[in-house]
Amino acid sequence: MAHEHKLEIFRGLWKFKSNVQKIWGVLAFLSLVTAVEVVLGIYKPEIFTKNYFIGMKLLNWIFIILTLVKAYYIAWDFMHLRDEKSALRRSIVWTPIFLICYLVFILLFEADYIYTVFKEGYFAWNF
Amino acid sequence: MNTTVTTGTDEGVWDGGNRPLNASYGKMMMWFFIVSDALTFSGFLVSYGFSRFKFIETWPIADEVFTHVPFFHGNYPMIYVAFMTFILIMSSVTMVLAVDAGHKMKKNRVIWYMFATIIGGAIFVGSQAWEWATFIKGDFGALETKGGRILQFVDAETGERAALADFSKVLPEDRVKHESSEGVWFMQEGHQTSFSLNEVVAGFKATPNILIRTETINEEGEKTLLSRQESLVKLKDAVQVVEGANLIHNEYGSRLFADFFFFITGFHGFHVFSGVIINIIIFLNIILGTYERRGHYEMVEKVGLYWHFVDLVWVFVFTFFYLV
Repeated sequence: MAHEHKLEIFRGLWKFKSNVQKIWGVLAFLSLVTAVEVVLGIYKPEIFTKNYFIGMKLLNWIFIILTLVKAYYIAWDFMHLRDEKSALRRSIVWTPIFLICYLVFILLFEADYIYTVFKEGYFAWNF
Repeated sequence: MNTTVTTGTDEGVWDGGNRPLNASYGKMMMWFFIVSDALTFSGFLVSYGFSRFKFIETWPIADEVFTHVPFFHGNYPMIYVAFMTFILIMSSVTMVLAVDAGHKMKKNRVIWYMFATIIGGAIFVGSQAWEWATFIKGDFGALETKGGRILQFVDAETGERAALADFSKVLPEDRVKHESSEGVWFMQEGHQTSFSLNEVVAGFKATPNILIRTETINEEGEKTLLSRQESLVKLKDAVQVVEGANLIHNEYGSRLFADFFFFITGFHGFHVFSGVIINIIIFLNIILGTYERRGHYEMVEKVGLYWHFVDLVWVFVFTFFYLV
């Protein structure tokens, strides 16, 4: 079993002496990311809420990307996928990613279509 | 490493001794379970996204819904949820530390780290219960129109939300709650709001500085405020008073928001709860020395995977319910 640990994160930028130290380092990083999210969520800087990218506010893109970053470090360091064989890692990670991307794509497109039907069709729902 | 039951196995590559994934049976099954559970949660979260995109112009703004912190009065969006997130990440950390101590066969350390993990989980479940209770109880109260839309009230001078109690008139109505003991045994009515529709309407007409706020989000990303004239016209559409939220009515806006909130955070909370129970079982086993005798602490690692998964899901719930 994976007794030997890979002791560096950020592609080798941050190296640790022991696994315990790495855990605390990851905690520090995750807390920092959460703090950034909360501060952005409370103050909502206009530069991020007024600008859009592919139909979504920049702020929401930032939140989603930071979430994926957090998810990566939880899976890689807390669930120690980093120390597993790459075959196990890939089968666990890419299967859901593919399925979820597909699901997100079809459902959000459908929802957007229904939104336009409500808005532009002769459909009274707001009375 | 072996599974719990060690049977005689051939270690030759062509005798089944090849281990391409280098993971024990139990650990692999935990991973497969996590993958399928992750897909279940994604299904829920994506259907939440579906409903939200469908009603993108009228969806409630989370910052206006979850604004309370226990023991503090006032408007503090995000703070309490951030605290809950931190608690869950913290208990994840103690769980990894327990797994790490298990690798080194340090029984006492595993015990204490598991204990801390259980406490963290319990605090989180308790916080979620409080969050639910606050959400169900409601904040300001609102009116619901025939089409199920919500009309909220704002004080025109301060721009703050106005509670129903701030302006409603108490009318001499002798309306009492109908109990099953008062009439036919199978007829009773459920919750009765603290003001009747007539009282709210009369109070609104008598108080000139109260305006109605609709669900529609304007270009500034805020809910649309009607003028006094528009408000008086809109008031005619109201059919009932709503206080708090349940699966059918929701004073914060779209009912689907409440439905998904209850369903997704409830499902997640149930995962946390069962995680705590499983952690307790493993905790007792560690104290009894089961894993010391077995020679390895892989069970701690397996429940650890589940526990981290719960944390992982919360990270997404946090983003899609409270941030985005």
